[in-house]
Amino acid sequence: MFTYAIRRILIAIPTLLAMLTLVFLLVRVIPSDPAISVLGSYATEETIKALRHEMGLDRPIYVQYFEFIWNFTHGDLGRSLVNKLPIVQLLSGVLPYTLELAISAILIGSILGIPLGVLLALKRNSFWDYSGRIFSLVGLSVPAFVTGIVLIILFSIKINLLPVSGGGDLDDFGSRLHHLILPAFSLGIIMMAYITRIARSSMLEVLGADYVRTATAKGLKNRKVIAKHALKNALIPVVSVIGTYSALIIGSSVITEIVFNRPGIGNLIVGAVQQRDYNVLQSSMTIYASFVILVNLLTDLSYGFLNPRIQYD
Amino acid sequence: MKRETTRRKIVRTFLKNRAALVGLVGAVMIIAISLMATVLSPHDPIAQSMGNRLKSPSRTHLFGTDDYGRDLLSRILYGSRLSLMVGVLSVGLGMAAGIFMGVVAGFKGGVLDNIIMRSVDIFMSFPTLLLGLIVLAVLGQGMFKLVIAIAIAIAPRFARLSRGSVISIKQNDYVDAARTIGMSNARIMFGHILPNIIGDLLVMGTLWTATAIRVEASLSFIGLGMPPPDPTWGGIVKQGIEFLDSAPWISLYGGLAIMITVLCFNMVGDGLRDIIDPKLRS
Repeated sequence: MFTYAIRRILIAIPTLLAMLTLVFLLVRVIPSDPAISVLGSYATEETIKALRHEMGLDRPIYVQYFEFIWNFTHGDLGRSLVNKLPIVQLLSGVLPYTLELAISAILIGSILGIPLGVLLALKRNSFWDYSGRIFSLVGLSVPAFVTGIVLIILFSIKINLLPVSGGGDLDDFGSRLHHLILPAFSLGIIMMAYITRIARSSMLEVLGADYVRTATAKGLKNRKVIAKHALKNALIPVVSVIGTYSALIIGSSVITEIVFNRPGIGNLIVGAVQQRDYNVLQSSMTIYASFVILVNLLTDLSYGFLNPRIQYD
Repeated sequence: MKRETTRRKIVRTFLKNRAALVGLVGAVMIIAISLMATVLSPHDPIAQSMGNRLKSPSRTHLFGTDDYGRDLLSRILYGSRLSLMVGVLSVGLGMAAGIFMGVVAGFKGGVLDNIIMRSVDIFMSFPTLLLGLIVLAVLGQGMFKLVIAIAIAIAPRFARLSRGSVISIKQNDYVDAARTIGMSNARIMFGHILPNIIGDLLVMGTLWTATAIRVEASLSFIGLGMPPPDPTWGGIVKQGIEFLDSAPWISLYGGLAIMITVLCFNMVGDGLRDIIDPKLRS
């Protein structure tokens, strides 16, 4: 297991490098000149040239690339082209908000989705099963901004229970929690729909397996068969799916941040796209991509832990 | 004769699935409505009337009006054309590019396979929406740019699926036979292997059409879709956010249109997948 973990971590490094390269290249092909974006279209040729030199844009692309990789590995993400602030400072101000949103949505989806999926499988073809399946299909179809808007109308406008927008004071846990509930549930409901569906089908498959039938045939109580034999095996595919859908939830958090006007990397990315601040854009995308790699890594490790039959070679 | 029987069996299995049938009827109706948007729309979708600002749903304006006094029903009907067109075109383009990469990678193998599939892996590590967003940031706004952005985000999924299918069938006798009689690689790949894997890919295409419509709505919601005043569903929802307390119908009707359309395509895709993969049949 230890060797497998080390090997899996080592594989993540070239993946991260490849992603950094992709982000670097994509941002470099943006048609407008960042120097003109900063100075405006009335700037003189000399000032544009001077700023391009200051920004390092007049150097060969491979020099810019190696400098980008070198700086990234040393924690230096450069400065914003718009407000000149260090990007590390910008990111560290909003990162906690994005992290708490993504993690709480994944937790809500998993904690509610797994038991619901298992329950639907056990009550197969009942009224509850049909209702649960309709819920999960609707959840898969609804964009994150629509669930957010419905929750705002219900809980902020109609009964004035939770705040409409903002992320709360960074130093005040209570305020942050208060501001987190609606966005976390608006994303969590979608995650829950995905997980319910997979947990249900996985549990149904396991319930039909020979070893479960054998356990029932030898006289074990139904509850024991489900808890001891079926559940753990049914959870293995669910864990891998949680990883896959976590990446999706991380992507959707961009939208949720806009709906709830929350500070976060998503809002930072959209602002950077609109202002052509390609330094902020490339750093924010890199952080997002690193999240996805980390989530995939953790999923693979937990998958190996849950299923010892997996060959680590 | 056997082909006909199989086809009939597929149709029968699909028709037995009530959810898929409802989805199909819904999807056909939505497509028909979008094709007839010009006839069905009661008002001009971009004509402003400041005297009619934020009017609640009534007989004159069934879905109410927006903050420029534009008829919301007409805007939603016109918006359906863009959503469906972007959904279908981006999946078509993404499918074509993905299948080409996947078939070549699976058939050729070796270094080319490694290069294509590692690139696919990297693209797949980005969530579809984020990849679409950054590509759109590069390309700028516009319908065809939207199509290309979503297609780039979708293509790697089709590349992976088609490569897997090609690898599993390229050892078949008929492929060896085609090689023996001196058929070109291109003809074997696209004339003989592709027709045998296209079924699975089309099913996945239906499911990804639903996703493409959702991603288009999300990108329009962010403000990177079609520039105003052309109506888009995502744009309508975004526009209504400022008026959630005084005119909630703007965002709600816009959101409902997206949800129902995506739901219908998902139901059809689920039904088709059940036919192809009996293990998933519930």
